[in-house]
Amino acid sequence: MRNNWDGIWLVARREFVDQFRDWRIIAPMIIMIGLFPFIADANTREAINFMNRYGGDLILERLVPFVVLVIGFFPLAFTLGVALEAFVGEKERGTIEPLLNSPLTDSQIYLGKLLVGIVTPLIASYLSTGLYLALLLRRAVAFPSAYILLLILLLTFAHAVLMVSSAIIISVQATSIRAANLLASFVVMPVAFILQGETTLIFWGDEEVLWYAIVAVTLLSGLLVRLGLAHFRREYLLGREIDTLNLKRLAHLFSDRFTGKAKGVFNWYREELPLTLAQLRTPLLIVITIGVVAVFASYGWTIVQIPAYITITPERAEELRAYALSNASSLEMISSQLPAPVLFYHNARAILAIFLLGIASFGVLGLGLFLVNVGLVGGVLGAAKLIGFSPLLTFFAGVAPHGVFELTAFFLATAAMVKAGAQLVTPQTERSMGETLIVSIVDWCRVFVGIVLPLLAVAAVIEIYATPYILKAAFGL
Amino acid sequence: MIEAYDLSKEFNGNFWAVEGVSLNVQAGQILALLGQNGAGKTTTVRMLNALLTPTRGWARVAGYDVIKNPQEVRSNVGVLTEQHGLYVRMTGDEYLDYFGRVYKLSAEKRKARAVYLLDYFGLTEAAKRRTGEYSKGMKQKLAMARALIHDPAVLLLDEPTSAMDPEASRLARDEIARLKSSQRTIVICTHNLVEAEALADHVAIIYRGKILLSGALDELKRQVLGAAEYEAEFAESYNAEALDLPAGVEIVARNATRLRFRIESPQTTNPNLVDALTSRGARVISFYEVPRTLEQVYLRTMERAQETTYAE
Repeated sequence: MRNNWDGIWLVARREFVDQFRDWRIIAPMIIMIGLFPFIADANTREAINFMNRYGGDLILERLVPFVVLVIGFFPLAFTLGVALEAFVGEKERGTIEPLLNSPLTDSQIYLGKLLVGIVTPLIASYLSTGLYLALLLRRAVAFPSAYILLLILLLTFAHAVLMVSSAIIISVQATSIRAANLLASFVVMPVAFILQGETTLIFWGDEEVLWYAIVAVTLLSGLLVRLGLAHFRREYLLGREIDTLNLKRLAHLFSDRFTGKAKGVFNWYREELPLTLAQLRTPLLIVITIGVVAVFASYGWTIVQIPAYITITPERAEELRAYALSNASSLEMISSQLPAPVLFYHNARAILAIFLLGIASFGVLGLGLFLVNVGLVGGVLGAAKLIGFSPLLTFFAGVAPHGVFELTAFFLATAAMVKAGAQLVTPQTERSMGETLIVSIVDWCRVFVGIVLPLLAVAAVIEIYATPYILKAAFGL
Repeated sequence: MIEAYDLSKEFNGNFWAVEGVSLNVQAGQILALLGQNGAGKTTTVRMLNALLTPTRGWARVAGYDVIKNPQEVRSNVGVLTEQHGLYVRMTGDEYLDYFGRVYKLSAEKRKARAVYLLDYFGLTEAAKRRTGEYSKGMKQKLAMARALIHDPAVLLLDEPTSAMDPEASRLARDEIARLKSSQRTIVICTHNLVEAEALADHVAIIYRGKILLSGALDELKRQVLGAAEYEAEFAESYNAEALDLPAGVEIVARNATRLRFRIESPQTTNPNLVDALTSRGARVISFYEVPRTLEQVYLRTMERAQETTYAE
């Protein structure tokens, strides 16, 4: 353990010292660290003036933690370059080979780079935050509590680990610094979206929920670190010098991989699709596990948290139940408002969105969107429970009939997306990056076209033409 | 020592960078790995240093298997890479100290080795300067010092004297020769055939990933260029027609005052030939072996290889 740490520290320390000797890195960093807090402070002053004139103390109270969060995020974004060029930069400068020739282990090299990649942005971020907080002391505004500051500092730490672990994966995979910088958007933008979500939570004023965000982002970061570490191989850094774009070859690769050795559609279903499905065992297990957890979590959250915001008296519950039942009594009319093909299109589009988000984020964001979709089921069942319906009956009558097909399709497509995402960050010495991407897409397409679309079609028909009747019968309407 | 059998490396599932390379280099020997750019020398060296995993075959370096014990292999090997790969914002002594730490040398050992190597390569005065300010030759010397910092049992040197001035090249060659005499196993990849001839005991010529020819230098000369040639120079014009040549001697070139012979067994034949010449009244000024270089061996081998390739 001690030896392992020594090696990690050796790699990290050299990089750390090295970047602080380069004024081109250090000067912009100092300027940015110093500049943002002053800009934010000026905005805070204006906000105070505005609130004093027109009122809105609550907004002002929530504005400061929001600014602290944003001030912490900016330095993370602009120091990401350190992590992005961790491997690919050394490769371009030709300094990577002596390091790889050394007895340092793969994990020591990887974690050393990760450490310095995290420490530099964090120092920049905390310095910037500290400066803003110091400036804030002069303002006539409530200073954020130690508790909320702790939450924001933890969130900033989680953001740093998330961004840097993604950037390091990009750095290993990229063939040039230019390519790595282009891919940086795939790190900054998703984290910016996450930040927006967290901002909503801050303005909402329920700090406790931020703990969930911290846990979620930390888990995601841990997953990325694990993923990067598991697939980091020094050979990969030297195995290929350049990836060239050959569209014709990629098109061949796509069609060859999609059809496989099948001689016809029936043969493809019998011989080829089972091979792809067999490879989905582990991702499917993961997706089912987190999907079930998400359903229970959202169910639990709904029945615990909703009453905190909306008082549901027995009279109100009765009123809502009656309203729901009156709506349900005319459910068979749904086919005229929402035809089965439209529902099919909607579900197919949602699965495609999960895939696109997933492929752009090595599976992570796609999984997030999947959790939102699956979580809705738990939310609906929780809402049913709150107004006095049996959640089990609601599930078996209102969800299960078409859900058997629809949820199966969602789970399979998401598992294929997770596999595709993981495949992307798995070193493939025998394939170029473009080929790996194509293969990942093809494997997902096989599942999507071969099984998901037919299942969604069946589900849409059942949901429009059978589920309403089953639901009505179950509730005696 | 280095042992390798059928060492092969395939990239992208369709390109064999190295195929079926077998080597045996004992302690105290130097093997020169020769070949064109892209022939597979660097890939071979990277496999020997457990940096690339062989697709096929095996290798043991410094007593360790490159596939099963890659870390032990790398601990016992010093590598001079094709690019010097220096960290340009470190000073020379910091750089050597850093790699000393990487190879887990004690503080005293690190200091002692760095002082010795900096002094040996004439870099002591530049030790406190950033390596980015070094000349190309100085960078190469520091990279060489890095490869030697942990006093490794095996050395893999890719173009060890490229970019060095003649004095520095001489120093590097002397150090390599000294290491050889202290029972180190050394592989040199080089395009400098004079240097290879001066240093190497064994030579392997690699072409398109395959070893075309390997062995001791004298054996290779004989194998590729044929039997040794000797030249006799006479004080005056000499008529060779009347000369009664001993068995195993053939005249391959002549002019009025010179004769060139190809001789199968010089040890036994040369005394008889000299006797035959002098007994026939030849006034011999000199009789010497015609020098044959590694360059001739290399060029002839490559010529044949290319002819075969074109024919195929």
